[in-house]
Formats: sequence, structure tokens, C-alpha cells
Amino acid sequence: MSKAIKILGTGCAKCQSMTKVVKEVVDENNIEATIDKIEDLMEIMEYNVMSTPALVIDDVITIKGRIPTKDEVLTLLK
Amino acid sequence: MFDWIQHMANWIVYDLLNMTQGLHLSEALNFFIYDTVKILILLLVVIFIMGIVNSYFPIDKVKNYLSNHKLYGLEYLMASLFGVVTPFCSCSSVPLFIGFVRGGIPLGVTFAFLITSPLVNEVAIGLFIGLFGIKTTIIYVISGILLGTISGIILQKLNLETYLTPWVKNVLKNAQKEQDIFIAEKQTLQQRLPIIWKEVLNILKGIVPYVLVGIAIGGLMHGYIPEGFFETYMNKNNWFAVPIATILAVPMYSNASGILPVVQVLVAKGIPLGTAIAFMMGVVGLSLPEAMLLKKVMTLKLIAIFFGVVTLCIIASGYLFNVLL
Repeated sequence: MSKAIKILGTGCAKCQSMTKVVKEVVDENNIEATIDKIEDLMEIMEYNVMSTPALVIDDVITIKGRIPTKDEVLTLLK
Repeated sequence: MFDWIQHMANWIVYDLLNMTQGLHLSEALNFFIYDTVKILILLLVVIFIMGIVNSYFPIDKVKNYLSNHKLYGLEYLMASLFGVVTPFCSCSSVPLFIGFVRGGIPLGVTFAFLITSPLVNEVAIGLFIGLFGIKTTIIYVISGILLGTISGIILQKLNLETYLTPWVKNVLKNAQKEQDIFIAEKQTLQQRLPIIWKEVLNILKGIVPYVLVGIAIGGLMHGYIPEGFFETYMNKNNWFAVPIATILAVPMYSNASGILPVVQVLVAKGIPLGTAIAFMMGVVGLSLPEAMLLKKVMTLKLIAIFFGVVTLCIIASGYLFNVLL
């Protein structure tokens, strides 16, 4: 089943690194997933996160406020 | 404690490079090597320790604590203290602000947190110990915490809720004190350490270029500007030095880690420490990029009042230091 990945962040350097890591993991492992980058503040606040970037997989917040490693993302996606 | 670094710097400059002792260039190079090694080691240690503390006190825990405890006036101090252990990224300031407001935390307490968090952060502390020594660092940290606390109390007294942007007012109306479901990551220290270590390297990577340039400029000035050079122009009796230094400092931001090494040399050459500390608080604590981000939640008037109050408090502490130190 395809996963819905969302990356919440207002566009700072950290958020871009997170997007890069997630994209690489998805590409390298041929994971079926959609990646959405959410930069709108109101939308971000609906998830009630206080530190960005945050990684949301199928509407569950998995990581917030830091850049995950590739292995971490892979485990979360499996 | 750092003698071995001095020996190493001496050895590189005078033995390995065979430069003559006492020349401007060799002194500047010696200073550069010594300061770089010392400061990088201190930054590594401080950022790492703060990373461990923060791993156990994530921001959600802080918010829940402030939201659920009656602290009888101590909440400003608590928020300010929490600000110290929370690493600050100006891009997180808005989500953080909304999160606090939503949790029913008073505006002034939120401000106390927002002021101290960038002012007393791990990078500033690491640089401060390296450049000015433990005593000055402790003074800086304590005054940073008090500055956040007092500014927070003043801002609360001003009843600024009407100056929030409309959608934040809406959030404020629906604020509730109930505990969010917060699932703490149950990890052992061993599982946490690699993640923390990676963060440390990330932070260092971002600031090292600025620090190196700052130390290089500092090194040159150290070698070429005579001792006491600034005393003539910026001594303690010069009452407008503190406000000018503070106001110059507010717009500077991204290069804060580069500015501190330069300021250290300025102090060594005769600028009063209080004036220098006011300058540094302005650089580290307030910044234009942060103001731009806050525009999403505050009207310009509120941002102006916020920055104004903090600037005044910084100027006041600058004068205080010049009297005390």
C-alpha cells in the first residue's frame, strides 16, 4: 500500500535536509509513497508540532525537530 | 587546563614553521591556532552535554509542564530556564509560539521562553567559555535568564493580546489546559547517544566556518591593534556607548558565532565588558529574520513592543555590568 509521507517545515535548512533524506530512502528502496512538503503554517499547526521539521507518515507524527538518519526513515516506512 | 594547546600552537608556529617569536604575523597565527583548537573542543563538549539534557526534556514536555502547573509567579523563571536547555532555531519560533498559546500558557511566560532560548544557547555558552572564561560565562548565563524573566513579566503587564494576528486570537480563545497525549520516546541513553552525536556534528558544521573567520579576524586584530586602543573612545564614562552597541547589534544574526571572537579581542583592547555583553546579547538574542517570521503571529506593533522591551533590558544590563565588573 502506498504510504502518505508529509514533511512539515517552514522552509529552513533543516527541513530541506529532512526532505532530501526521505526522498533518497524512498527512491533507493523503491518504496511506494507520496511525499508532500507542507510549508503552510496553519496546516503545520493542525498537527500540533512545536519543533520543525516533522515527519508525518500516514498521519502519524514520527519524528520532530531533528534530521533523521536514512536507516531510521527506512525502519519507519516498513 | 588548556596549556597543552598553547604548547602545541607554540610548537607549530615557532618550531615547525620556524617563525620568529614576537612578530605581528607569528603572534596572530599563534593566537589563531590556540583559539581555534580550544573553542572547537569547548563547543563540542557544551553542545553535546546540552544535547543530552534536551533529549530528556523535549519541548512538548516543557509545554505540558508550564501548562499544567500552578507556579505562583515562578512560571516566568521556569520558562526562562527551560529556554536555556532548549536549542533554538528561529524557524521553530512560530510553531513554538502557537503551541504555547494553545496550551493556555500566558503570553508573558511564552515571551520569557522566546527571549532566553536564543540568548543563552549551547553555541553561545561554548564560545563564551572559550573566549571569556568561566566567570564571565556564568554572569552572562544568569543575566540572560533574568533578562528573559523580567522582560516576560513586563510584557505580560502590558496586556498585549489585542495585538496578536486574528487567527492567533482564535487559537487563544480555544486554548485549553488539558494534557496533550504525549508519548515520550522510551530510549536508553545508548540509543540516544548516536542521534545526539549526529545533531552535534550538524550544528558544528553550520557554525564552524563563521567561527574560523571570526577567530582569524580576531587573530589579526590581536596582533596589530595596540593594547588599550579603544579605551580612549569607548570607556565606561561614555554613557551612550552601551545603547549604540546594542542597537547596532540587533540586526546582526547569522554571523553571531563569527562576531563573538572579534568582540573578545575588542574587550582585550579596552572596550568595557558591559558594553561588549550588551552588544553580544543584541546579536544573539534579537534578530531581523526572527522578527520577519513572527509577523505571521504578531502585528508589527507587537513585534516592535517585544523588541523594544528586550532592547531596553539589554541596555540596562549593559550599564549594570559596566558598574559591577
